[in-house]
Amino acid sequence: MPRILGVDIPNDKRAVISLRYIYGIGPFFAAQLCERAGISPDKRARDLTEDELAKLAVLLDNEYIVEGQLRRQIQQNIGRLRDIGCYRGLRHRKGLPVHGQRTRTNARTRKGPRKTVAGKKGVKDK
Amino acid sequence: MGRSLKKGPYVVERLLTKVEKADRTGNREPIKTWARACTIVPEFIGKNFAIHNGRNFVKLYVTEDMVGHKLGEFSPTRTFRGHGGKAKSSGKK
Repeated sequence: MPRILGVDIPNDKRAVISLRYIYGIGPFFAAQLCERAGISPDKRARDLTEDELAKLAVLLDNEYIVEGQLRRQIQQNIGRLRDIGCYRGLRHRKGLPVHGQRTRTNARTRKGPRKTVAGKKGVKDK
Repeated sequence: MGRSLKKGPYVVERLLTKVEKADRTGNREPIKTWARACTIVPEFIGKNFAIHNGRNFVKLYVTEDMVGHKLGEFSPTRTFRGHGGKAKSSGKK
């Protein structure tokens, strides 16, 4: 299996598809990469030559923000919001949804597993 | 997010004149304002504001990072006092 940028090992799918296994590469950038590296998007990832892989690596390295660098950038952006104490930052700090969604129900992605609080039934011990 | 570039940022002019005046007189008093929708522009950096949240004024010292946000983002309008009756109801009794 070919390796691009160290750890990413896209599999035996078409080149456009396998490039998307890289964090930060979606449908748009995958197609763009194929075109710029002169690779047919239909070529299987395992059939890519060393040359083509090198070309992709150079392109990714110099002109795209992917993987660790992208993750760091995102964390930095969130950190900035936290630091300045704006509304969005407060939501990040509390682990609640940031974009104004309802929290009465749902919002489980942000809040994590339900934490059931003892209901009224049990409160007999005044 | 999503405002036409043609229009430029929404800035309450009155605040700009107040900032200017504070600059000239060297007044460090926080500028009281209800204009929560006003965008923070570079001129505001290093100024103190007191932003209304519906009940009282929240003090804010504007730093460089805050440029581009709205004043209201720094003055929360809701107070969350927490869930869970146990501690509270026992206090009531």
